[in-house]
Amino acid sequence: MKLSGAEIIIQCLKEQKVDTIFGFPGGAVIQIYDALFRDGTINHILTAHEQGASHAADGYARASGRVGVCLATSGPGATNLVTGIATAYMDSIPLVAITGNTPMNLLGKDSFQEVDILGITMPVTKHNYMVTDVAKLADTIREAFAIAASGRPGPVLVDIPKNITIEKTEYEYREPEPVTIPRSPATEEDWNRAAEMIRRAERPFIYAGGGITLGRAAKELAALVRKIDACLGLSLMAMDCMEKDDPHYTGMIGMHGSKASNMAMKNCDLLIVLGARFSDRVVGKTEGFHENKRILHIDIDPAEINKNVPTDHFIISHMKPALEELLKRVEEKKHPRWMGEIRELREKFPVSRAPQSKRPKELLDALTELTGGNALIATEVGQHQMWAAQFYGFRQPYSFLTSGGLGTMGYGTGAAIGACFARRDRQVVSVAGDGSFRMNCQELSTAVQNKLPLVILLMNNKTLGMVRQWQTLFYNGNYSATTLDYAIDWVKLAESFGAKGFRIGAQDDPRPVLKQALESGCPVLVDCDIPLDNKVFPMVPPGAALDELVLGDEA
Amino acid sequence: MDEKRVFSVLVNNHFGVLTRISGLFARRGYNIDSLTVGVTEDPEFSRMTIVARGDHAVFEQIGKQLDKLVDVRHIEVLTPDDAIIRQLMFIKVNTKNRDLAAIREIAELFRAKVVDVAEESITVQAVGDTAKLEGLENKLRAFGIREIVQTGISGISRGDHTLIGMKRNAEKAVIEGQFNG
Repeated sequence: MKLSGAEIIIQCLKEQKVDTIFGFPGGAVIQIYDALFRDGTINHILTAHEQGASHAADGYARASGRVGVCLATSGPGATNLVTGIATAYMDSIPLVAITGNTPMNLLGKDSFQEVDILGITMPVTKHNYMVTDVAKLADTIREAFAIAASGRPGPVLVDIPKNITIEKTEYEYREPEPVTIPRSPATEEDWNRAAEMIRRAERPFIYAGGGITLGRAAKELAALVRKIDACLGLSLMAMDCMEKDDPHYTGMIGMHGSKASNMAMKNCDLLIVLGARFSDRVVGKTEGFHENKRILHIDIDPAEINKNVPTDHFIISHMKPALEELLKRVEEKKHPRWMGEIRELREKFPVSRAPQSKRPKELLDALTELTGGNALIATEVGQHQMWAAQFYGFRQPYSFLTSGGLGTMGYGTGAAIGACFARRDRQVVSVAGDGSFRMNCQELSTAVQNKLPLVILLMNNKTLGMVRQWQTLFYNGNYSATTLDYAIDWVKLAESFGAKGFRIGAQDDPRPVLKQALESGCPVLVDCDIPLDNKVFPMVPPGAALDELVLGDEA
Repeated sequence: MDEKRVFSVLVNNHFGVLTRISGLFARRGYNIDSLTVGVTEDPEFSRMTIVARGDHAVFEQIGKQLDKLVDVRHIEVLTPDDAIIRQLMFIKVNTKNRDLAAIREIAELFRAKVVDVAEESITVQAVGDTAKLEGLENKLRAFGIREIVQTGISGISRGDHTLIGMKRNAEKAVIEGQFNG
């Protein structure tokens, strides 16, 4: 069957069972939009801005575990996707971004809306392509999906000049090859050595990260933690992979981690690292990090081994098969003394102790109570993000959508919209800050247009709170460019978009209003006043070691 | 401590591959001494010879990060013991009021060739490893060097095996979907 390039793109998306894509039309992709229209089976979500489309595709991918897809035109359309692509790259999220470009005879001539998006996105994609032959278009898109989803996932960009979308070639349907979980190259000896390290450990600590989320391995993680009686700390990327009241769980690790997790990471004799990458925000100072302990690192990406912290033994594997393999090989263990020590720390220094995060905690407690801990939570970036990680009581794994690696303010609304399409069965809440929300608040229009039951819980402290916190603690209170003393009426803003707007005062019981918001079944923005100088604690000062954390428990 | 290591890298022969490799080195802060690239016996592949400077940890990362690039098909580390490593250098030397025969004699000692003779200079072409070329350059310095142009190094391993052959064997040996890293 002879089809145009544009029609082939649509057919290839259908091969991959793509039901929803996020995008914004323009001259270079008008042919693709025409094919989308004529085909009529793919749900295209028009966002307000291409950045929103890339974040929505990312949110869709995180919430569904499938590849997210976004589509934009050449030039500014393509560059507007870049922040979303980089966000996905840093958090290893499978994404296929399709961009149009000027026709090939105009490439390289500074033509209208021409940009070298291939060059621009090379450092922030797993791979990217420009299709210069319509005969290779279908296979390129198939490859893009396979690369995005396999191994350590990531974004792939396919740039398609306009003439390719018009030219015709033979197309034949092809069933996509299933993404298989590759067998680990680890040998029998490697596994036995790992098991032996665990058997010998007297003070085991597990540090697990985004690999558990991406590999959907929370259940197996919990089984290992219990079987070997280890304590468990999670990085931000796996915050939802263990229930907070589990007796083995010690809290988040790192800069805003709990005292119990950070001390356990320091004092353990075996550190088992699962699907995590020793980010600077997790390990703090790397000098001395390795002292008095052995490190067993299991990850899918060989390049993560010995990158930031040298390890004693490693295994290259996806998380689920690795955990199953370990579970077969390790015997039941008990470490009452070690677990007792850590539990004492956990009870004595709960994260909730800091009076300066009292109000945010009340809001998130109310949200947990009203949603039963079953909501999908998207966040922006900053204080509210850390509070959401610390205080929302996740009862389901893979429910936390947050920009951990790139730290992208403006991520939350788009991501939450993507999540709404991926999981129509779940309540989606975007926990936002006023500074971040303002960056992409235009996506409220997308939520309203699609009648999404999305609740945005806006923690409004009228400042760029995390930067202000640093200015307070490390810059003599010089509040340079962080005070947002504008007169935005967020309720009216929501209403002007056709959404509902509610307000919760600093002293109010948040529950009645939140309940009403959650029951509205439409986009609702809840403007929650929080004190200007609330802070995120505990905090490891930048450049310090993990045990030098400031608890912030003085009033 | 800074050492040198020679990576011989088999890559897909596409546009943009050089940018991917040089961009990787630039953004991760790896030092390149030289990089050469040319198409192989199979037009589907090009081969790069990259000389990097760093310590063991840096070399480990360079190898692994290169391996993650989709366009990189196989990587081999070349050492002087098991590979032939060569570089091409042109040196334009002043001859005004100088002894032409003496320059020719030095060139011959280094098995270099005179490839151009002009009014006031001659140009010598030399092929060798970096140490040899440095030696030649030092000897000719006394005459006054006008200009030096050199390529990066190219290397090939000794013995019957080939890099494309190694790639094919590695792919065969790797059970479905395993890593060669």
